[in-house]
Amino acid sequence: MRIHISTTDGVPIYMQIVNQIKYQVTSGKLPPGAELPPIRALAETLVVNPNTVARAYRELQQGGFLENRRTAGTFVSDQGSPLALREKRKILSERIDQLLAEAHQMNFSHEEIQQLLKDRYDLFQSSQPAR
Amino acid sequence: MDRASESVIEIQSLTRRFGAKEVLNGIDLSVPKGGVFGLIGGNGAGKTTLIKHLIGMLKPQHGSVRIFGKDPVDDPVGVLGRVGYLSEDRDLPNWMRVGELMSYTSAFYPRWDNHYAEELRNSFDLDRNAKVKTLSRGQRARAGLLVALAHRPDLLILDEPSSGLDPVVRRDILGAIIRTIADEGRTVLFSSHLLDEVERVADRIAILHGGRIQLAASMEEMKESHRRVTLRFDKAQTQPPVVSGMLSCEGEGQEWTMILGQTDNNLAQMVAASGATVIENESLSLDEIFLTRVLR
Repeated sequence: MRIHISTTDGVPIYMQIVNQIKYQVTSGKLPPGAELPPIRALAETLVVNPNTVARAYRELQQGGFLENRRTAGTFVSDQGSPLALREKRKILSERIDQLLAEAHQMNFSHEEIQQLLKDRYDLFQSSQPAR
Repeated sequence: MDRASESVIEIQSLTRRFGAKEVLNGIDLSVPKGGVFGLIGGNGAGKTTLIKHLIGMLKPQHGSVRIFGKDPVDDPVGVLGRVGYLSEDRDLPNWMRVGELMSYTSAFYPRWDNHYAEELRNSFDLDRNAKVKTLSRGQRARAGLLVALAHRPDLLILDEPSSGLDPVVRRDILGAIIRTIADEGRTVLFSSHLLDEVERVADRIAILHGGRIQLAASMEEMKESHRRVTLRFDKAQTQPPVVSGMLSCEGEGQEWTMILGQTDNNLAQMVAASGATVIENESLSLDEIFLTRVLR
């Protein structure tokens, strides 16, 4: 993981770290599950205050980019970029809304829709090649 | 918890004259436990004089200095036993060898850690048998740093630790600062005029200028409260715009650039009232903040 710190353009150092890690996660340079260096090690490499690195990691954890596994360290979140996840959710929600509108037109009850969804899901699962 | 027990250094209305020259003029400063405190100021701002009061080399003419709640002049053993200090001129006994310097210094500190001292000596590539007199500038600074660190002080004080040193040695020194505070609860105070270094490693900063503390704040507050804002007006202005907390303003005609020194200001109201457009609003580097504060 390469991070470049500049003290000439006025951007707070923690934000430079946040922005560069975010970019590396969304661009796939840091894949899900990749381990980040410990706070102290990164602070020494970048020659910055450890509290600054800690603040950047904290912000990235809150944003869902990183996750802290107890005693094990800090990793790129498994669900990948939260932005990508939010985007995927949005697309699927729009499709579901269309489906619900049609089902409503055809007088399907909530339970019937759920049952139908479950049946179709089971069929879909069984038709998938075994992994 | 009260303030005094949480701060490692507590200075109240400290004043110091050398003859007719007033070097420190009513300094109030509190350095909290843990973290890195950067003392910045130009040459002759009084940084070294202030630091000499912290280690009891100068007695306050007026005001008080407390380190760990103790007076460094009255109780040098209680204070200096817990302080690591590297002076600007790195005054080490020239006639000693590095190994002798280490064993000599260790006698003063009950908490001296031989193992750690050896580790530092190896990582700094210092020869035990080399005479201090023959050390290069960088090696001399490393030797000074070694004896300041090897007793694992609660408070590390470095006066212009990087001045006149090449980037490799500067990196060693900054690395030592970072490792020191990574150990829970230790405090570092260092003075510097190399503001990019201070911006990298300091949590809190005080600007010393003209014998006074011009500004003391956390790095975060410092960065958040200072902004450069450029406004564009529909019509040319003959007078610079006025915004509360404005430290400087330059420009002409329709475009004016100002530096604001506080978050709580009336920029938004002023912009709304005058119909100006904000075309730039960005944070400043520590260097720019310092220059704005000092040249004012």
